[in-house]
Amino acid sequence: MQALFSTAVSDRRAAVQDSRQHAAYRALRSWQRDLTVNYQLYLLVLLPVAYIFVFMYIPMYGTQIAFRDFLAIKGIWGSEWVGFKYFAKFFDSPYFVRVVRNTLEISLYTLAAGFPFPILLALALNSALGRRFKKSVQMVSYAPYFISTVVMVGMLIQFLSPRIGFVNDIIAALGFERVLFLSEPALFSSVYVWSGVWQLTGWNSIIYLAALSTVDPELHEAAIVDGANRLRRIAHVDIPSILPTIVVLLIIQCGQIMTVGFEKVYLMQRPLNLSRSEIIATYVYKVGLVSSFPDYSYGAAIGLFNALINLVLILAVNRLAKTITGQSLW
Amino acid sequence: MPKPSITVSTADRVFYAGNNAFLVLTLLVVLYPLIYVLSSSFSSTDAVISGRVWLWPVDPSLRGYEAVFTHQGILRGYYNSFFYMVVGTTVNVTMTILAGYPLSRRDFKARNAIMMFFVFTLIFQGGLIPTYILIRNLGMVNTRAVMIIPVALSVWNVIITRTFFQSTLAPELLEAARIDGCSDFQFVYYVVLHLSGAIIAVNALFYGVVTHWNGFFQGFIYLNEKRLYPLQLVLREILILNEIEQSMLTNVDLEALEARQGLVELLKYSLIVVASVPVLIMYPFVQRYFVKGVMIGAIKG
Repeated sequence: MQALFSTAVSDRRAAVQDSRQHAAYRALRSWQRDLTVNYQLYLLVLLPVAYIFVFMYIPMYGTQIAFRDFLAIKGIWGSEWVGFKYFAKFFDSPYFVRVVRNTLEISLYTLAAGFPFPILLALALNSALGRRFKKSVQMVSYAPYFISTVVMVGMLIQFLSPRIGFVNDIIAALGFERVLFLSEPALFSSVYVWSGVWQLTGWNSIIYLAALSTVDPELHEAAIVDGANRLRRIAHVDIPSILPTIVVLLIIQCGQIMTVGFEKVYLMQRPLNLSRSEIIATYVYKVGLVSSFPDYSYGAAIGLFNALINLVLILAVNRLAKTITGQSLW
Repeated sequence: MPKPSITVSTADRVFYAGNNAFLVLTLLVVLYPLIYVLSSSFSSTDAVISGRVWLWPVDPSLRGYEAVFTHQGILRGYYNSFFYMVVGTTVNVTMTILAGYPLSRRDFKARNAIMMFFVFTLIFQGGLIPTYILIRNLGMVNTRAVMIIPVALSVWNVIITRTFFQSTLAPELLEAARIDGCSDFQFVYYVVLHLSGAIIAVNALFYGVVTHWNGFFQGFIYLNEKRLYPLQLVLREILILNEIEQSMLTNVDLEALEARQGLVELLKYSLIVVASVPVLIMYPFVQRYFVKGVMIGAIKG
């Protein structure tokens, strides 16, 4: 009996193991088959994969210098492990509060001011009369997106110049004092955000226009029969149908709340406005690459701190998207 | 009960008038700065510095353009940017199709794994300093290669391109080609490339203009030899740092200090226009494609 029982158990064990082995074997075989049948697809994708590995994954691996006293001559592995030294240094530094605060201020301001305009423009374009008129507004409003950041900031400097800028000429003509827009720390975020609204509203409206173009015309016809005027149709047909798009985009933007691009801020910085314009990205650049003693490890630690916050934010936000809208970002 | 009518109601008439007014206002707000730059660039030095330009060129002159086209640094930057744009975009488009096509094939077993490998780089990156160390170790600092190879592929464009292939290449096409004895390489070369004019245009526009022609970061971080500078770095020196090497302005009379500073201000406007020419040329051609491109990208693949 005992023997019989143990054989049964071992039999079952063997069967389980067998089926596991079998599954693994089958998986192996199907991969082998894919490699034989689709080997050309593997060859096609080889170069892009190699590129991503070298230029994206090796730097990820390199972030460990944030935990070491990196010295170029010793290399990543040879440099001494110092744990959280550089993170502690950042948290204790007076710049910590300043750069995080400025980053948050600029990104929240961008979100609050920049988010509604593309929706408004898309709704207006969608209900505009006259196809050619609509097309020309679209074409013109997309154009500023293709202006380079350097030119954009160059234009701001010209337009806002207290000496020759037309904005200040208008302010002076109205009897007010000329404003030093670009050196006044308190005005930095406003200049940054509103010039961004000018540059990006048209471009960002495309995605809403695309969503609006999928609205079933029958909904509008039904609403007309019910006596709804255009404004009410916007409120009860157009807006509800682009609401999912709005929610998804809003959520994506919330995931990027600790990300402000380097270029435009850096180009708009000058010594007088640094108290309100130094953000995480520009600070990393300055401590890591340009100071008289470039501190790679310190710069990498600040960068890693920011990247980890972004990762957590995007994962959290994706979770949220799943619960609210039933769809995730990936 | 209100009589249903096919004529536009008063409420709607007010709405359409208001709506069109809003759009006209938007049009003017977007257009005015652009017209202002264009008009200033064709005005005289004096008109620019005394603020007499409002809408149309005042005392029309080509002095600004003359100064731009005789400035050695600008010409060199223009040449360099053109080189980076042409070579770089070719590499970009090739790489994007190489990645986009296999990832669009549903029967490709490694598809999801590779996609995850790509998409993860969108949510987490090594950051500036580790990337800089890598590129320095590869010996690419201060080379033309640094403007092309480290930016050879953008994952966003791969996603857009993959989605495009998924929605435009019917599976029957591949089947038919296979029956004729077509391999995957041949299929990409003879079929896929011929059906992807729209997506190549979209990719070329984004990589060419946004990454290469307008790109500032790559050159700013990795180049410090002026002979390699792309146009955007030259633009920064002149437009933002207000540094202009006087010796670079040849054939221009630089007698009075005031005239000189005035000319620099005028040159800035002409320079903005000249720097935007390639974009202006490409814009009308690809305009219809990029709207399509954004829409394709917007649909989750």
